[in-house]
Amino acid sequence: MRDNPLLGLTVILVPFSLLSIGGGPSIFAPLQREVVDVMHWVTAREFIDLFSIARVAPGPGAMLTTLIGWKVAGWTGAIVATLALFLPASILTLMVARVYDRYRGREWHTALEVGLAPLAVGLIFAGAISIIRLSGNGMLTWAAAVGAGLALTLRPKMHPFVVLFAGVVLFVGAEIAGFWPIAAP
Amino acid sequence: MSETPPKVPLRDIFRVFFTIGASSFGGGVTGWMHRITVTQRGWLTNDKFLSGLALGQVLPGANVSNMAVYIGQVLRGAPGALVALLAVLAGPFFLVIGAATVYDTAIKIPGFHSAMDGIAAAAVGMVLRMGTMGALHGCRKVAPSVIAFAVFIAIGVLQWPLAPVALVAAPISVALAWPRRSRGGQDA
Repeated sequence: MRDNPLLGLTVILVPFSLLSIGGGPSIFAPLQREVVDVMHWVTAREFIDLFSIARVAPGPGAMLTTLIGWKVAGWTGAIVATLALFLPASILTLMVARVYDRYRGREWHTALEVGLAPLAVGLIFAGAISIIRLSGNGMLTWAAAVGAGLALTLRPKMHPFVVLFAGVVLFVGAEIAGFWPIAAP
Repeated sequence: MSETPPKVPLRDIFRVFFTIGASSFGGGVTGWMHRITVTQRGWLTNDKFLSGLALGQVLPGANVSNMAVYIGQVLRGAPGALVALLAVLAGPFFLVIGAATVYDTAIKIPGFHSAMDGIAAAAVGMVLRMGTMGALHGCRKVAPSVIAFAVFIAIGVLQWPLAPVALVAAPISVALAWPRRSRGGQDA
């Protein structure tokens, strides 16, 4: 798997695709573990940067995996990673969508809908702390993240870019103010 | 029914979903999908959209791609789903790589990593908000709250691998969510 990065990407991402209940954020924690700690495809620093790039660029945050594939094996890696992450879940959605409305109101239908929700919630919060853990500035990141979450809740119509930009201003400002040394590349 | 809605051409599906994908800066994409496909084009009813949204959130996969698949399937079956999925991902695919290509240059700008950390922190805020809304909606009782917390501890704190945790937690959670009512064996 280490010798063939395309195979490695597929083997890691296909199961993640089928387990990404609640979307991309639910797999960030295990994804970080696999690609940073186990495979050493990217460093923790690169993972944070790629995560941020995927947030700023259009598309789902899960496009982070596209970038990891691109880092690992160029354009082919990007295509393989994207397909490996999006196709399996999409095929499952397609199959379920075909029978979904026909069986509305059945017991198993309700049970699935209600029962999988708490998993998604747990996974989403796990994804949040895995990103915070990666960035070196624990307390400031926590404070900024909670602040951003509150701002978005109180002002539901505010464009997310406002919050992202405020984050940039805060962190660059903190660096200039000397809260932490300017990172050498 | 006497009135069969005219078939939406695959070309139109591609065009609409490509536009949605390529300009979906900063999230909130499903709101926009709703506006275009339900309000503006009348491709599907509000109820149908919302039930698809619930489905997309429960099933694995990003909301955006799941919604594209769902709407594409409603409009034109499997080919519609495939076209909508590829269309919604095509723009972001190139744009995200384009953004990452300038990464090697940007990395030399002083303060770049701090800026990225700032974006990450704000993005985590969005994730926290999504999680909180999910918790308020789906974890009002003891059992689902315990499941959510246990999954969080296992994956987030203990950093256990996802597959075994999900394969244990999912059946338990679904079984606990099974509707309970007194019945004599058969239900209507």
